[in-house]
Amino acid sequence: MSMLQVSIYRYNPETDSAPYMQEYRVDTQGRDLMVLNILEMLKAEDTTLAYRRSCREGVCGSDGMNMNGKNGLACITSLSDVVKNNKLVLRPLPGLPVVRDLAVDMGLFYKQYERIQPYLQNDEPAPAIERLQSPEERDKLDGLYECILCACCSTSCPSFWWNPDKFVGPAGLLQSYRFLADSRDTATQARLTDLQDPFSVFRCRGIMNCVAVCPKGLNPTRAIGKIRDMLLANAT
Amino acid sequence: MVTNITNLGRSGLSDWLIQRVSAVILALYTLFIVGYLLFNPGLDYYTWSGLFAQAWMRIFSLLAFISLAAHAWVGLWTVTTDYMKSTGARVGTQLVIILAIFVFLVWGILVLWGA
Amino acid sequence: MSTMRSLTFDAIIIGGGGAGMRAALELAKSGKKTAVLSKVFPTRSHTVSAQGGITCAIASADPNDDWRWHMYDTVKGGDYITDQDAAEYMCSEGPKAVFELEHMGLPFSRFENGRIYQRPFGGQSKNFGEGGQAARTCAAADRTGHALLHTLYQNNLKNNTTFLNEWFAVDLVKNADGDVVGCIAMCIETGEVVHVKSKATVLATGGAGRIYASTTNALINTGDGIGMALRAGFPMQDMEMWQFHPTGIYGAGVLVTEGCRGEGGYLVNKDGERFMERYAPNAKDLAGRDVVARSMVMEILEGRGCGENGDHVYLKLDHLGEEVLNKRLPGISELSKIFAHADPTKAPIPVVPTCHYMMGGIPTNVHGQAIMQDADGNDQIVGGLFACGEAACVSVHGANRLGGNSLLDLVVFGRAAGMFIESALNEGIEYLDASESDIESAMKRINRWNESSGGESVADLKVELQSIMQNAFGVFRQEDNMQEGVKKLAELRGRIAEAHLVDKSGAFNTARIEALELDNLMEVAEATAIAALERKESRGAHSRYDYPDRDDVNWLKHSMYFPLEKKVGKRDVNFKPKTLDTFEPKIRTY
Repeated sequence: MSMLQVSIYRYNPETDSAPYMQEYRVDTQGRDLMVLNILEMLKAEDTTLAYRRSCREGVCGSDGMNMNGKNGLACITSLSDVVKNNKLVLRPLPGLPVVRDLAVDMGLFYKQYERIQPYLQNDEPAPAIERLQSPEERDKLDGLYECILCACCSTSCPSFWWNPDKFVGPAGLLQSYRFLADSRDTATQARLTDLQDPFSVFRCRGIMNCVAVCPKGLNPTRAIGKIRDMLLANAT
Repeated sequence: MVTNITNLGRSGLSDWLIQRVSAVILALYTLFIVGYLLFNPGLDYYTWSGLFAQAWMRIFSLLAFISLAAHAWVGLWTVTTDYMKSTGARVGTQLVIILAIFVFLVWGILVLWGA
Repeated sequence: MSTMRSLTFDAIIIGGGGAGMRAALELAKSGKKTAVLSKVFPTRSHTVSAQGGITCAIASADPNDDWRWHMYDTVKGGDYITDQDAAEYMCSEGPKAVFELEHMGLPFSRFENGRIYQRPFGGQSKNFGEGGQAARTCAAADRTGHALLHTLYQNNLKNNTTFLNEWFAVDLVKNADGDVVGCIAMCIETGEVVHVKSKATVLATGGAGRIYASTTNALINTGDGIGMALRAGFPMQDMEMWQFHPTGIYGAGVLVTEGCRGEGGYLVNKDGERFMERYAPNAKDLAGRDVVARSMVMEILEGRGCGENGDHVYLKLDHLGEEVLNKRLPGISELSKIFAHADPTKAPIPVVPTCHYMMGGIPTNVHGQAIMQDADGNDQIVGGLFACGEAACVSVHGANRLGGNSLLDLVVFGRAAGMFIESALNEGIEYLDASESDIESAMKRINRWNESSGGESVADLKVELQSIMQNAFGVFRQEDNMQEGVKKLAELRGRIAEAHLVDKSGAFNTARIEALELDNLMEVAEATAIAALERKESRGAHSRYDYPDRDDVNWLKHSMYFPLEKKVGKRDVNFKPKTLDTFEPKIRTY
């Protein structure tokens, strides 16, 4: 039985009064394709199907979506990873407004990213060559800078669902810690001051949904814990 | 920074710290009470009120009551800001909660020292 | 079309990859009214996929390193049709541009002394090819492109650059004098089409690897800037020069960085033989990419390929040990497991030469100004039009790009274009406004699709185009095959002109985007095909069975493809660097 049943969330704001699930059948010829391959096959037949995609190798972060109930990147999620009982259900990332079909409005997500001032700040004059950084100092950025802003983590986080305007969310906080941890950044104090309110960081309840879904294997919960430690050390 | 005026410590960090410290106090108090009950199987009114007549027990209990009040306020405040998106309903609920916590706290003090 | 909204900027940068964002950063800092218009959110641009690093003589691995050595490698790597003034500019300005990136926060890997980590890459030498292998590629593990692109986006945020994210540029708007005065663009989310007016229009739209069936390129690499420029009648340079990267993962096309070989990995055939020792006895696996790719194809054609069908070779990495792989090549280990089901600490990765990079593009000078030729074949600046990055041909890559030089190209020439536009704006730029009919003619194409009522599907036509290119214009080429290809493409162009856009809706209509992209692929493919047929020699990435030798007498030249006549002309290569002697063409061996 190689006909895969695919059920896809459809919504076109111009023609649909409400979203609905559309059923498709795809002949995979028994191959263990990626979910994105399935979407591309369907798109060739039904051109109205809308989703984002770019690099198709898991580094650009375009095709984050909810596949059989779990967020991930369609391009690096193989059918054998997610399909159960020959059925694949694709929905947009939860918690963000849907633009069309599987494409969501990422505005709130990006806004939280921008809020943490995601750029190196150093008030000392730059040297003629690079700023030096020991390998050990550089190692502290591993597991942080690799984030691809796919939003799989933040849209799997109930705290972000409830307060997307106030809680920075796992992706933004991971990047916040990326700069807090950077030996070259001198804005630590201002960064921490900006985060000490009850929402920005402290809405994290440590349920680790973010860790479970991160397609790059990163650990935002750990980074959030580190930020909390820094806040505590700074204020006590 | 997200501004807010209704949370307990005015900062997420102090709320977070209050929540953890109060939880530890409540855990110790609970362990003590459970242990006391286990080690005093035939507990009667005089032994029980005798325990609460001692100053250290009153202080320990008061600490636990205050911790409970703070813990409840931080927790319930968080719940209301998570789930109640209408400002009117949220502030109303928060008022009811704070009133209830206040009443229970004063009542607890009355029980401790009024007996 | 008088109801169409218009947006006005001093400069509009089309494309939000490394080159576009570097140019934008320069302009945003200057306070000019600038916008980056990108069909994807900027960090989804293809720069993100660059792995191995950015080649630059920052003298970290070797304190005596010299940018002139880097320039020599670049000129030799490009098989001597690299413009030497441009290579000189890139290699000498490079260190400044790289240090700027570091100051912006790019998380480079480090040496023990705290300086930026550099690894060996293909085609690198010390002392003008006399001093052995150099290590000149600055790296952030094997995620340098990702780190670079995010850093540039972050710094654009810091400098309040205006972004038109998920907007698609449809066509250039030319005024009556032939100057470029903006473009027609569409907001993907709503489908609204607007007229963007600008004194400077920068095409930083990247490559077009999707003209081939098998490519390391992202699905978005459809040559949109090249398509726009060709439709506007501007010439393209060296379009026959397509780099096939030696190590695309077999089947998936996903890139495996040259850094793997830089760190000590090597290629083996089915007998387990390190065959590059035969083809390039000195540089071995770190010869130029064109040389390695051809050698791999030779191995496969001569029956020493791996796998059931003998149609690929293996990249062996397990001898490097888990620590090096985890530290220096973590992303590769991940990709290999996902796409090849091979754990490189234990098993080799099946690889095959895969279309990777377009050396050709919009001819420009070092300031990013687009160039055309007048009737006598003299260079002439195109008013208002700029290009940088892969879309441009400045030309620092000549007939074959060296690994790690693309990221340097992006930042050096993105920066240069930004600086030049800033000073040009300060001096004042005045062009005639576009007339109604100028705008009408830029709207022709999108109107054609919107009014289409029947015809073939975009997806089918794209598959056909890709297979024509793959079969006739791959690693090895020959006359009859290419002639057949050119004929097929001409016929395909007619069918694409009649193709059908079924979905006419406005909101996030990706079918319309794919239709518009197909037009661009068609333009790039045809320019490539006609230029390839015309260049009757083998040079760099352009390798012909029927003309196996380099012909410096006739072809030590850039090819120029003129879209209106569909004819190919020639343009002189620059052999006059400002500060050192010309690197004279030599036989190219590794």
